Amino acid sequence: MKLEVSGLNSFYGQAHILFDVDFAVGEGEVVALLGRNGAGKSTSFRSVVGLVGQRTGKVMFEGEDVSRLPTYDIVRRGLGYVPEDRRIFTELTVEENFVVGRQAPRSGVATWTPERIYELFPNLGEMRRRPGGHMSGGEQQMLTIGRTLMGNPSLVLLDEPSEGLAPKIVEQMADAIMAMKREGLSIIISEQNLHFAKLISDRAYIIEKGRIRFSGTMADLEANPEIRDAYLAV
Amino acid sequence: MSALLQVNGLVKSYAGVHAVRGVSFSLNGGEILALIGPNGAGKSTCFNMLNGQIRPNAGSIKLAGEEIVGLPPRTVWRRGVGRTFQITATFSSMTVRENVQVALLSFHKRLRSALGYAGAAFLDEANKLLALVGMEAQAGRPCGELAYGDLKRLELAIALANAPRLLLMDEPTAGMAPKERVELMRLTAAIAREKGIGVLFTEHDMDVVFEHADTVMVLNRGELVARGTPQEVRRDPHVQAIYLGEGLLYDARHREESAQ
Amino acid sequence: MEFLLVQALSGLASAASLFLVASGLSIIFGVMRIVNFAHGAFYMLGAYVAFTLTDRFAGPLGFWGGVLVASLVVAAVGALMEMVLLRRIYHAPELFQLLATFGVTLMVEDLVVLIWGSEDLMGPRAPGFTGAVSVFGRLVPSYDFLLIALGPLVLGLLWLLFHRTRWGVLVRAATQDREMVASLGVNQKWLFTSVFALGVFLAAFGGALQIPRTTVSHAMDLSIIVEVFVVVVIGGLGSVTGAFVAAILVSELNAFGILILPQISMITVFLVMAVVLVVRPYGLFGKPEGAPRAAAGISIRPWRPMTNLERSGVAAVVVVVALMPLFAGDYTLSVGSEILVYVLFAASLHFLMTVGGLSSFGHAAYFGLGAYGAALLVKYFGAPMEAALVIGPVLGLVGAVLFGWFCVRLSGVYFAMLTLAFAQITWSVAFQWVEVTGGDNGILGIWPSSWASTPQGFFWLALAIVVVCVAALRMLVFSPFGFGLRAARDSALRSEAIGINGKSTQWIAFIVAGTFAGIAGALFAFLKGSVFPETLGIPTSVDGLVMVLLGGIETVSGAVVGAVVYKALAIWLMSKTELSKLVLGGVIVLLVVAFPKGIVGFLEDLRHRRPKAPGGAGSEGAVDVAKVEAAR
Repeated sequence: MKLEVSGLNSFYGQAHILFDVDFAVGEGEVVALLGRNGAGKSTSFRSVVGLVGQRTGKVMFEGEDVSRLPTYDIVRRGLGYVPEDRRIFTELTVEENFVVGRQAPRSGVATWTPERIYELFPNLGEMRRRPGGHMSGGEQQMLTIGRTLMGNPSLVLLDEPSEGLAPKIVEQMADAIMAMKREGLSIIISEQNLHFAKLISDRAYIIEKGRIRFSGTMADLEANPEIRDAYLAV
Repeated sequence: MSALLQVNGLVKSYAGVHAVRGVSFSLNGGEILALIGPNGAGKSTCFNMLNGQIRPNAGSIKLAGEEIVGLPPRTVWRRGVGRTFQITATFSSMTVRENVQVALLSFHKRLRSALGYAGAAFLDEANKLLALVGMEAQAGRPCGELAYGDLKRLELAIALANAPRLLLMDEPTAGMAPKERVELMRLTAAIAREKGIGVLFTEHDMDVVFEHADTVMVLNRGELVARGTPQEVRRDPHVQAIYLGEGLLYDARHREESAQ
Repeated sequence: MEFLLVQALSGLASAASLFLVASGLSIIFGVMRIVNFAHGAFYMLGAYVAFTLTDRFAGPLGFWGGVLVASLVVAAVGALMEMVLLRRIYHAPELFQLLATFGVTLMVEDLVVLIWGSEDLMGPRAPGFTGAVSVFGRLVPSYDFLLIALGPLVLGLLWLLFHRTRWGVLVRAATQDREMVASLGVNQKWLFTSVFALGVFLAAFGGALQIPRTTVSHAMDLSIIVEVFVVVVIGGLGSVTGAFVAAILVSELNAFGILILPQISMITVFLVMAVVLVVRPYGLFGKPEGAPRAAAGISIRPWRPMTNLERSGVAAVVVVVALMPLFAGDYTLSVGSEILVYVLFAASLHFLMTVGGLSSFGHAAYFGLGAYGAALLVKYFGAPMEAALVIGPVLGLVGAVLFGWFCVRLSGVYFAMLTLAFAQITWSVAFQWVEVTGGDNGILGIWPSSWASTPQGFFWLALAIVVVCVAALRMLVFSPFGFGLRAARDSALRSEAIGINGKSTQWIAFIVAGTFAGIAGALFAFLKGSVFPETLGIPTSVDGLVMVLLGGIETVSGAVVGAVVYKALAIWLMSKTELSKLVLGGVIVLLVVAFPKGIVGFLEDLRHRRPKAPGGAGSEGAVDVAKVEAAR
């Protein structure tokens, strides 16, 4: 397994957010973590990369326990994280945003350069010197993914990549994620948009009120509409 | 009968960039109008001009025949325009009920009073509004710990506190589960129809738009490029090219309908 | 004409050090969102250490090496402070960091006197720049030309550093979103430490470069820090270019102001700052702050009026305090009266800060205005105490009406800085308008009426006024007006969208707070029997801030507890030790680290930590994470 999370419990202050959450991502797999807003998707991702101060449980990345490491160290090992709300550096140009994400090449993993990212997202190539703040929501979403790819990750956590984007841009996003998969990246996305998840994922987890309620292939999920209806409120 | 909202030739540019160029439309009481379009098409700018947050460079906005262009948001609100925000804006240090009470105190022009306990003011009215949006059970909870969908409903209750004639909702269902989206929009539609409130909303979820809007307008690069019933807009090849894409991302039911 | 040119050159030379210090402060603020009050202390340390080194090692190498090594040594001290102290309080509200660094400033002031003595020191001239150059027949020190050239050079180097190195790009990225930078694999801890060290280096370098021009003294820190705040605010927080332009502007204003308006030379700079802020609320080169971290005072726990039980408890405490004159000695009672005065002062600031969300750095202005109002009435109109106590505070009210109108147009740090500027203007007037205020000699002979002239009588008078005023402030918190004010603080967007005029609501709150501070000030004048400009000074404003933060900014009544604890501690420490600043500063730092939510906030947390009823877990899980995060 590329990433194995077990017994994850997270807290914000006195609020207990995650309860014994387990999930895993295999080599080269695209996995979806489905759930509604506030179900604990973002907190799961933030816990994996060490951004939640109070948490217990185990996070194994490429066979090593990273649950005690600081965020930057986890990320440097090749675990890329794309947060929700994009959070690009609005004062920095596209190129400078890439500079922030840049890490040394990693053996056995695709190495990304700005040029290769412009191939993946041609829009960005036309605005290399543009400050992030002067870009549309769709372009910003591309930039935030490209910026994380500059760290040459072997696994990427994508938090709600379709949120707030026009349907057409979401389709482009799906194409890009499939291209990343072809590069050999393992990917886990958090999503509310089941249509989008279906387009790209091999497997899915459903999280609800901080607990994992379902785990299986997309076909399993398709075959069990009652699960979908109960936890995703479709 | 003249329209509730009549917008004519609305223009806004920032530093020479035209964000909105000559938008005109009208909206009747009880009508639910969706404004859709690509990211950066100018939807938010349009919204912010309608409630007075941004001053347009040119154009007119008439509410029930009265010009409201150039008025600050608080005055626009007093004329009967309620608003919800894309990123919920509530008073996080107060309880759910207190949030509504502040809006009611403001509506009744009582906020300059230094006497009395505000937490006891307009209790019945506040409870009624919370019941209307199904939040009465949570009235005493700190607003800061509400679930996202509940915050959205609270925003609706706050927006209804001034008995508005027009309701502006910026991505009202963003970040909600599909079922919650449907519930919120059904609720909104029912209230709007019953009270004759005109509703203008932006949205990226086409399921919500095609299901709940009476009329859909499409904004692209600051211009209205289409207006019609959900069915007409869905089938418009131009709209598909600039915004809807191949339609992989909304409910199959709608896809089949539009293929017909 | 030549004279003006020479004066301009002298201004430019002064601008160099000011720019160095200000750019350091600006860079630190930009990335770490910390207003480093200790920046002036580092400037001073730079000068002292450079003095010692250049004194010991003569010659060009000794001098220039000494200046450089001194700056590096002080930068290392700064880095140590960042690692040991600031890292512990990054998650505390911004004001706490200000408080902690203020505590450090106090400590450094005493340490400097301990190490180097209290006498002013005269440093060596810079080798190779000891002479003067004739400009149109007037002599200008050649060292000034060196400084004039240095400013643009440092500006250029900093620009290259921030735009042409990866470190610089990382710093600019961290300025906007530190967590995201860490999420991209950057060790943000060391990034912060290095930024802080760079900022401190610039401050110390600025100080070290001053030794050939001025004497080194232990009051250098406060005199520069105010000027630096002004520069940074005029230029725009976080902008190095802004700091450069503003440093020149301020230095030239000082150079020419003293020629044109010697009487109000100090005021001109502050007036320019006020004008700049009103026209450009984020300074000349500043950008609007992104969504600020949650405004001061926002608590996730909604405030509640007191229960009957709690009310009885408070009443019991008041009764016990009222009985004190029956058994306490005169000294205790006069200390008690002073504490009471500060309780009211702190409560008025607390109202503005926590209910209004407006953190004033210059609240002493209204306290002092009330004091001067009462004193002037007694001195010029022979008013009795009773009349002076009622009419005196009106001066505080008038000041708040005038200054508040400008201040509420701004928010966050800029609001704080503008309030500071207005307080300094008031202080300058009190200090320089000698004919009316007596200047430094103050106004003496402000004694209470005979019935209140005993320590017992005055204590009762103070207690009565303070209890009534604090109760009134608390009532206001829960009144419709208080709700509207909190609404404007919680969400400007939403409050405006439900018909609330946020600015005018905040203006009224500013006036209310100023008036109550004025009442406290008037009482203070009669307590001390005199008024001095210090009443309006920065230390008084900071005292108020310390009390509020110590009590707890998320609470309704923290200020009362904070004022009692802090004032009692300060008075006690003053009487016990020679090194009162060192001890007081140390205590402040410890308290900030130990009680980041203030004393009352800490106690409330304890109370709410009790286990919840079973079955509550489900709803806990539904806590909106985004909300919790936003409130952090």
